[in-house]
Amino acid sequence: MTDVDITSKTMDGMGPHGTKVGLLRVLGPAHVWALGVGIVLVGEYMGWNFAVGKGGAYAALIACWFAGILYTCVAMIDSEVTSTVASAGGQYTQAKHIVGPLMAFNVGLYLVFAYTMLEAANAITAGYLFSVVATMSGHEAALDQRPFIILVIMFLAWLNYRGVLATLTFNLVITAIAFVAILVLFLATSGVVGGGIMEHAALFEGHEMPYGWIGVLAAMHFGLWYYLGIEGTTQAAEEVRSPARALPFGTLAGIMTLLIAATLTWYVCSGALPWEFLGDGVNGSVAPLFDTARLSGSNALIWLLGIGTLFATLASANGCINDASRAWFAMGRDKYLPGWFGAVHPKYRTPYRAIVFLVPIALIFALGAPLDQVITFSILSGLLGYTFMPLNIIMFRKKWPLNSIKRGYEHPFHPLPAITLLTLCAVTFFAVFLGYGTQLVAMIGFYIVVSLWFHFWRYRFVNRGAQFTMPWPKPQGY
Amino acid sequence: MAHYDPPKQGKASQLIDVVVLVVLTVGALFVPLWLGMAGAAKSVATPVENPTWEALGQTPAQAAKYEALGYDPASAHDLILARFDYSFSFGALLTMIAVILLYYFLILRFSEVEYREVISEKFGDK
Repeated sequence: MTDVDITSKTMDGMGPHGTKVGLLRVLGPAHVWALGVGIVLVGEYMGWNFAVGKGGAYAALIACWFAGILYTCVAMIDSEVTSTVASAGGQYTQAKHIVGPLMAFNVGLYLVFAYTMLEAANAITAGYLFSVVATMSGHEAALDQRPFIILVIMFLAWLNYRGVLATLTFNLVITAIAFVAILVLFLATSGVVGGGIMEHAALFEGHEMPYGWIGVLAAMHFGLWYYLGIEGTTQAAEEVRSPARALPFGTLAGIMTLLIAATLTWYVCSGALPWEFLGDGVNGSVAPLFDTARLSGSNALIWLLGIGTLFATLASANGCINDASRAWFAMGRDKYLPGWFGAVHPKYRTPYRAIVFLVPIALIFALGAPLDQVITFSILSGLLGYTFMPLNIIMFRKKWPLNSIKRGYEHPFHPLPAITLLTLCAVTFFAVFLGYGTQLVAMIGFYIVVSLWFHFWRYRFVNRGAQFTMPWPKPQGY
Repeated sequence: MAHYDPPKQGKASQLIDVVVLVVLTVGALFVPLWLGMAGAAKSVATPVENPTWEALGQTPAQAAKYEALGYDPASAHDLILARFDYSFSFGALLTMIAVILLYYFLILRFSEVEYREVISEKFGDK
């Protein structure tokens, strides 16, 4: 048995890896909520509307709710496993203890790429927003967005480098403002307070289901964007004061917040913007909530939603840097990647080398690829991760039945959430195949190649037994 | 199982590993883009000459929204008429399914082999 105390304030909770210079345990449930919702809330401000383009407005609403079911299953499963495997790296560390090293390596890469691409998408949106504000304030020539994209990524990386508490406290504040902005827009434009501008019936007329039912299936692809990243709450596992309580509470509160925000967002945007404009996030509506505010005729709303969009992109990019760097750091610490990445800053206690290394990767994608392609790659990495989760929980319950180890949270109705999640993942793979099949095959081809590289080359540098750091009994069946 | 002592990796070898990963990552996104095979195959199947809002299938209410957003029928033409082509061959669908299944089979199989070594070294053999 390994001597591990996951609530220790002086050790980093990783048993044989434990050092006196571990990650700081300073976060509470509100920070976990802010980390999860902060990463995801930008999905209401941009990107989700590609679902409208793939199937029409009704298809996007159906996708929103089915994706909500998918993520509820993710949150339920994740809460049980995370409340037991409370360690930096989140699902990566779960896979390492439950499925095996190669699966863990893949899951670590899913996390890093899903978050790094999301960070790149956020920086692109922030750059776009600066250019719109410049135009609205009288700037005549087209504004070069690249310096703003670089500035956003560099500033947030610096913030992450300096410390997790300041970073996530910053996230808590700007996420709350961005969420309130959506509520205010809904109240001001839906007719609940004063005159509304919603015209759902008139805007849907003749365009209810432009692609028929196959469009509904296709819309599931970008339906994930409403919630993608909520599973990132687990990355803070080594930095929360009470993992068994704070992680399930923060994650489940986060998914409820997002279900409300996603439905309100669909309602106000589809009632104000024509579906073809709303559904084209490259040439049409890059930031749909902001565009809805522009049509409201209220300068106060335009400013509020402009600030909300900017804050949402910053909060998301901030959380993405936090999560991607933790996953990269955890893999470096285990020698799945060069051990140089597994270092903690002696003063700020952050995984500073992982943070710095991922900056140019994010910049390459933010400066060199279109928004929908970047989002698709983020979604695909996320989707592969969600497909892993049902396998993970089924193996977890089989290898360590409920009475064999103490769980902080036990999710109900097992294995129904796992089966539902697996089914919805299969539907989403098909949805991505419709229109983005090449990227799907390219991405999986990439994971096959790196898996072979890991198994036949990289794994030789990894300690075998020392990877298993949880104080659990031997798994059943081994 | 006997205790496994991994070799120490030199700095140059670590650097090469990082470069390999970065090249593969960037290639996975950019190669399809450079080869023009990236999706989002939205196109205008039947262009409309001298477009009007009616010819673009827009009601007065929808046209008013476009005008409020700063569009006229000519500038909104491609935006309104571009559509995805969801036709696909079952061969392509079966290929995608086979690739996904192969991938999961591969990682689960290799993971199991590696996992048994981990458990054996950590807890000892049965």
